[in-house]
Amino acid sequence: MTGFRLGTGGRIDRSRVLNFTFDGTRYSGHPGDTLASALIANGVRIMGRSFKYHRPRSVWSAWFDDPNAIFNIRLGDVHRPNCPAATTLLEDGMHARAVNSFPSAARDIKSVLDLGHRFLSAGFYYKMFMWPDWHLFEPTIRKMAGLGALEGGPLEDSHSTQRFDHCDLLVVGGGVAGLQAAATAAEAGQSVVLVDDHAELGGKAWQSPTVDGHPVADWIAEQTKRISAAGGRILTRTTAFGIYDHAMVGLCTEHGFCEQPSLTRMRPEKLIMATGALDRPLTFAQNDVPGVMSLDGAAEFAGRYGVAVGRRACVIADHGLAEQQISTLRDEGLDIDVVEPKDALPKAMGRRAVTGLQVGPHHFTCDTVLTSAGLMPIVHLWRHAGGKLDWDSNAQAFVPAAGPAWITAIGAAAGTFDLDDALAEATAVATGAARPRRKADYCARPRPAVLGTSQRQWIDFQHDVTLKDVELAARENYVSVEHLKRYTTLGMASDQGKTSNVAGLSAMAALQGKEIPEVGTTTFRPPFVPVPLELYRGHHRGELFHPLKRLCLEPQHRAADAAMGEYGGWLRPGWYGGGDADQAAAREVRMARTTAGIFDASPLGKIEVMGPDAEKFVNFIYYNTVATLKPGHIRYGFMLTESGAVYDDGVIARLDENRFVVSCSSSHVDGVVSLLENWRQDGNDPDRIFVHDTTQNWPTVTVTGPKARDIVATLNLGIDLSPEQFKHMQFRAGQFQGAPVRVARVSFTGDVSFEMSCPVAQAAALWGATIEAGAPMSAGAIGLEALSILRAEKGFLIIGKDTDGETMPHDLGFGIPRLKKKAAFVGDRGLQTQKANETNRRQLVGLAVPEGAAMLPCGAHLVSGSGETRRSVGFVTSSYDSPTLNRPIALALLSQGLATEGNAIDVYHLGEKRRARVVPTCQFDPEGERLNA
Amino acid sequence: MQRFPCPFCGLRDEREFHFSAEAGKTRPDTTQDVSETEWRDYLYAQANPVGVSEEIWVHIPCREVFLMKRNTVTMEVLSSRALRKEHTP
Repeated sequence: MTGFRLGTGGRIDRSRVLNFTFDGTRYSGHPGDTLASALIANGVRIMGRSFKYHRPRSVWSAWFDDPNAIFNIRLGDVHRPNCPAATTLLEDGMHARAVNSFPSAARDIKSVLDLGHRFLSAGFYYKMFMWPDWHLFEPTIRKMAGLGALEGGPLEDSHSTQRFDHCDLLVVGGGVAGLQAAATAAEAGQSVVLVDDHAELGGKAWQSPTVDGHPVADWIAEQTKRISAAGGRILTRTTAFGIYDHAMVGLCTEHGFCEQPSLTRMRPEKLIMATGALDRPLTFAQNDVPGVMSLDGAAEFAGRYGVAVGRRACVIADHGLAEQQISTLRDEGLDIDVVEPKDALPKAMGRRAVTGLQVGPHHFTCDTVLTSAGLMPIVHLWRHAGGKLDWDSNAQAFVPAAGPAWITAIGAAAGTFDLDDALAEATAVATGAARPRRKADYCARPRPAVLGTSQRQWIDFQHDVTLKDVELAARENYVSVEHLKRYTTLGMASDQGKTSNVAGLSAMAALQGKEIPEVGTTTFRPPFVPVPLELYRGHHRGELFHPLKRLCLEPQHRAADAAMGEYGGWLRPGWYGGGDADQAAAREVRMARTTAGIFDASPLGKIEVMGPDAEKFVNFIYYNTVATLKPGHIRYGFMLTESGAVYDDGVIARLDENRFVVSCSSSHVDGVVSLLENWRQDGNDPDRIFVHDTTQNWPTVTVTGPKARDIVATLNLGIDLSPEQFKHMQFRAGQFQGAPVRVARVSFTGDVSFEMSCPVAQAAALWGATIEAGAPMSAGAIGLEALSILRAEKGFLIIGKDTDGETMPHDLGFGIPRLKKKAAFVGDRGLQTQKANETNRRQLVGLAVPEGAAMLPCGAHLVSGSGETRRSVGFVTSSYDSPTLNRPIALALLSQGLATEGNAIDVYHLGEKRRARVVPTCQFDPEGERLNA
Repeated sequence: MQRFPCPFCGLRDEREFHFSAEAGKTRPDTTQDVSETEWRDYLYAQANPVGVSEEIWVHIPCREVFLMKRNTVTMEVLSSRALRKEHTP
């Protein structure tokens, strides 16, 4: 028992008690505590185990710079892994467990690993486990690695709110400098947002008795009032975790343990970085023993949380501002020896807790060792923004140098450590005045690392990187900081080297006889502190992750017991009447072939292309010649990419001289509109061509089958439906219940089909009337599954299913425009390349299986040769049991497929070999008698 | 996240935009002979400049295709303008 609760002081509410457990033992704390401060107050020292050697660890510091105490926490139903104890606010009923330890941090069975430290030096797994085979050891090592563990599933109905925001000035850091700057700027009329990651503003001010001559609490209340009165906003428990392109600042706001944090994407005109500074750790023997802490951490625990970290402490501090903190701690009743080791290497005594400090021949009895090798400005955001760093040789620290004009550093973050200097600087910078000269001197003289000893001196506490590891890396020539980092894992722990990097750099500098700035720094990357992935996900989950397009006839489909599913980004009926998909689809196919099927084809593209240059334009976009198309007529065609590959297929109807409707595939509408707009605006006169996507304005009801004409006739559309007057591939405009209806006689099934499109307001009536008309003829609704079979029986292809990124139109039997079309068109040159002319191109064919054989698996390879010479020459793209033909059918892409028609071919799938015969793609009504009926 | 100025809608977040092509290429007249090299350069050869780059972008919500000049190193956007020849009221 070393730490204890002070009788007074701190920002905690002693009148209320919060109960919690740590590693199964019950403790209590107060509102305002973090888990770390509450545990110290309860006299707990060991709060975790290091990553590699499982050494006992206590907190090094009081806030986000603590790398040691990491807990898995459960509160009610909510479990979160890897919570830093020093930044997690205590809530009543929390159950915390230290990560990476079993059964507890205090009694961890893996602590024996520390005995083997000689064998676990930097890069040990590159050396120790290479023989006979790394993979023998990998599973065990992987199992031992890692920190917190997940429990349970994702939290349902719990997601981050994401907001966008902007302001004139964002002040990051609510310490003395930040508060002063925010208040001054707000009173000068700027819209100011001040963010601070603590629940209570003030930064390090709580370590001092007064600010600017006023009691701390009064001074902070006054500034808060000034900011709010002038319309400024203050966001507490909010971390500015990163600055991204074009000055976007990511803000993460905590809302308590059981709530997800929220994300704000802030766009400030200007940013003042008042992020303060951290203690630089001192490298000495056994400096990881629980009880060795940062001086600033101890002062913060006392000032903010009313907790003394020990009773008797030795302090080794290498900078001028330590005096103040030492006197504060003495005022709180700590017994302090200030130690000046000179050239001797200090050594912390004790194993599970500090029992003393040995400096040369002198032994100091103590329970705590407080160290500071200087102050390190927190410059992460500066680097995120693209600012440069300078080495301040007086402060022995990196400070902000040249940077973008919109960001300014003040206070300790700028190397201005004195309180009065920081206040003057904040006032000046907030009003746009020049930065005043500092009055106080600050000087740090960190003692250099003592090299070449047999002592273990820690540099990265969490990842167990010692000075010896750095020396080893240097010996093996991993001297670049980026190599040093990756070889030793220095700075790769969850704190990302906030404490360890500079200690590591100074060790490497000492080893090479260089200055720290010559060694360089690693890259500072967001996020500054770990933030949950949930923050980025927000509402992009479940149905909202990829929102489906919905049909206006969805209620009608649901009423008919449709199985709704996603088809090309739309929620569409798969089949009707519930039950088994295959049986339902087969029933619907038979109905469509004997009477008629009615389906919702609304997603079918309906992009109008209009204007005096429309004809020339669509003739250029389409592979096929469109210029010769007469008004009232429809043509099937392809759109290609410039490399000649098929991008989309569909029909185009010509309404009149200057007006076309492009009917592309349902799933390609957005892409085709983009393609049309690109060519329209980039390369044409956009005032002579207009592209308008009306897909969602014209829902489509399609009737297909022998009875289709009879059904449509009952709708009284005012169109002569006779086969002589309304031929296949023609287009007519009519009326349905006083509203316009557009009827296209095109077919995706091989039977007579009428695609009827009407305004949204009439869609339900048109659907209802069509179904009602079909019922007496035993015709009814069919879903997408049946449609897929119907089209495959005819060999009608689906782009992207029966084609791939290399398929060209002549591979599909549409080779004539390639040879004959005179006008330029998209993809024309691509169709004349060596690749396009190869004779072994994969072409679309049909496949038939021997009598009685089962259907072929989709994706199965078509193979030629055997044994060593066996090669895949194609694959099955579509495969169904055809209810019409009473046998399996399939489509495939096959090398030289058109020339091998009639041949047998081997089909290979998951070790199973099958035989099939190459047949024409169209296996039903090849003469098209039904189509033209 | 970057912000790009659509000449039609003003400053918007980058995720509303699609990159279309590097500016300055003209489609070869394919009714005449186009050599393999010429076609390859048109389709695939990109300058990928380090520094100032002129590019064609599309603003998805309004579908405006426009010309943007930006610095690929500093991410600074230098200018953007509509592609149409002149804006007639």
